[in-house]
Amino acid sequence: MYDIKALYEAYSVEEAVRLLAAHPEAQIIAGGSDVLVQVREGRRAGKELVSIFMIDELRGVTMEEDGTIRIGSLSSFHTITYSPIIQEHLSVLGEAVDMVGGPQIRAIGTIGGNTCNGVTSADSASTLMALDAVMEVIGPEGKRLVPIADWYKGPKKVNLGPAELQTAILIRKESYEGYKGHYIKYGMRNAMEIATTGCSVNVKLSADKKTVEDVRIGYGVAAPVPIRARTAEANAKGKPADAETAAAIGRDVLLDVTPRNSWRASKDMRLHLCSTMAQRAFTEAVRKSGGEI
Amino acid sequence: MEDRQYKMVHCYVNGKERAAMVDVRSSLTDMLRNEFGLTSVKKGCEVGECGACAVIIDGDCYDSCIYLAVWAEGKHITTLEGLEGPNGELSDIQQAFVDETAIQCGFCSPGFMLEAHHVLKPGVIYTDDELRKKLSGHLCRCTGYENIMRAVKKTMYQRAGMEMPVEEDRIPLSVPIEDGKVVL
Ligand SMILES: Cc1cc2nc3c(=O)[nH]c(=O)nc-3n(C[C@H](O)[C@H](O)[C@H](O)COP(=O)(O)OP(=O)(O)OC[C@H]3O[C@@H](n4cnc5c(N)ncnc54)[C@H](O)[C@@H]3O)c2cc1C
Ligand code: FES
Ligand code: FES
Repeated sequence: MYDIKALYEAYSVEEAVRLLAAHPEAQIIAGGSDVLVQVREGRRAGKELVSIFMIDELRGVTMEEDGTIRIGSLSSFHTITYSPIIQEHLSVLGEAVDMVGGPQIRAIGTIGGNTCNGVTSADSASTLMALDAVMEVIGPEGKRLVPIADWYKGPKKVNLGPAELQTAILIRKESYEGYKGHYIKYGMRNAMEIATTGCSVNVKLSADKKTVEDVRIGYGVAAPVPIRARTAEANAKGKPADAETAAAIGRDVLLDVTPRNSWRASKDMRLHLCSTMAQRAFTEAVRKSGGEI
Repeated sequence: MEDRQYKMVHCYVNGKERAAMVDVRSSLTDMLRNEFGLTSVKKGCEVGECGACAVIIDGDCYDSCIYLAVWAEGKHITTLEGLEGPNGELSDIQQAFVDETAIQCGFCSPGFMLEAHHVLKPGVIYTDDELRKKLSGHLCRCTGYENIMRAVKKTMYQRAGMEMPVEEDRIPLSVPIEDGKVVL
């Protein structure tokens, strides 16, 4: 038995908004793989919960008319990894979420929960940063779109107002077309492990595959919230897609990241990881794009 | 004390239509054990780490300890009891666990066997690394995993109608003894 004060079940987005407005103290539960664990730990014991788990309209990956990929917030990691749309256009995201926990966690955990928990180690976060994702939010005032750059407000704090819920994550065509990405998760074990640091790199090469037209570098656990390495990105744009540029990225990311000491790893260890992982993820993304490096 | 909330949940468990009135604070583990007497569903860590409580819901494997009982409404659920034959005959994966001594205390076994049953699609052969990844949501404190892997592989080859390849580096389980001496 969980220590829950009351459970309110929503079967539609409108109902969820209504329940959240009627119970201002209540917290959202999606797949529950963070919430129910925290209820057991006592951190969230005795709270009112609004369950959105039964809102089936929020599940699944679809392609909109303008080429935007729409990932319903309740889509599980398995749904994303096995989605043909993701496999064809956003394979890096499918691969990244396939590194979460273990198979049963990937069956229940949702991408909405993974981004609304505001956790820097969330395995989808760095890749969504590197993809310039846009969060769709619905609340009492209606719908709004939040670029991921404005999403994270601090550790465990995201850009959600009272009675609002995230309904989808959108990836625009211009953010993925012509790009290939690679995600690296560093952990002490191969499974059932939270990332010590995670790095996701997207690149777009010139037609002859020799020049870096664009590069986007996202990190988890390189700062209190997921971040982009903007300095390294700006410096690498227009450079040759070669080992020298990879090495320069490895140096330049150190101007962007601000990792801390934690029981999982020291700051120095994480700085080394940030540098090495960016180099390797960039190199792999260039290879996936058809470049020779 | 708050007024307790109860809800009627209807679902299909091991192929049978079932209904139960549950306290909304129940986990699916609570409901399966207490309402339906399905004690193969173990309470291990109860925080999604060990897989002892795993069940199959609508074709995927979940930890029932981090799943609200009320979410089971309308779902098709399989527990290890559902793999047995009508007269309690063991399924192929259960027999393989017995034959390969893949069980010591047995606490992790239902979860492992159910996951293996779910993962092993007839005719599909996985590498050891792929199998390890597919079983990685289960912890065993006793066996050291070697015999579990062997039992799962044996069933995988059986389901594919193939002989299991001989493992070159296998340490014999029993040492041959002649005249009271070990034969090496
Ligand atoms: C054993 C175990 C291993 C794990 N390993 C990993 C790992 O390797 N990598 C990783 O990234 N995570 C891991 N996790 C954490 C967790 O599984 C993920 O963060 C998952 O994505 C959470 O999704 P959920 O649907 O279960 O979220 P929930 O627990 O339901 O919710 C999480 C938070 O988000 C809020 N929320 C959820 N959905 C919405 C929404 N649509 N709108 C607004 N707010 C919302 C909730 O209020 C809550 O604060 C692990 C968890 C467990 C138990
Ligand atoms: S008891 Fe459910 S995962 Fe351990
Ligand atoms: S046999 Fe005891 S935990 Fe696996």
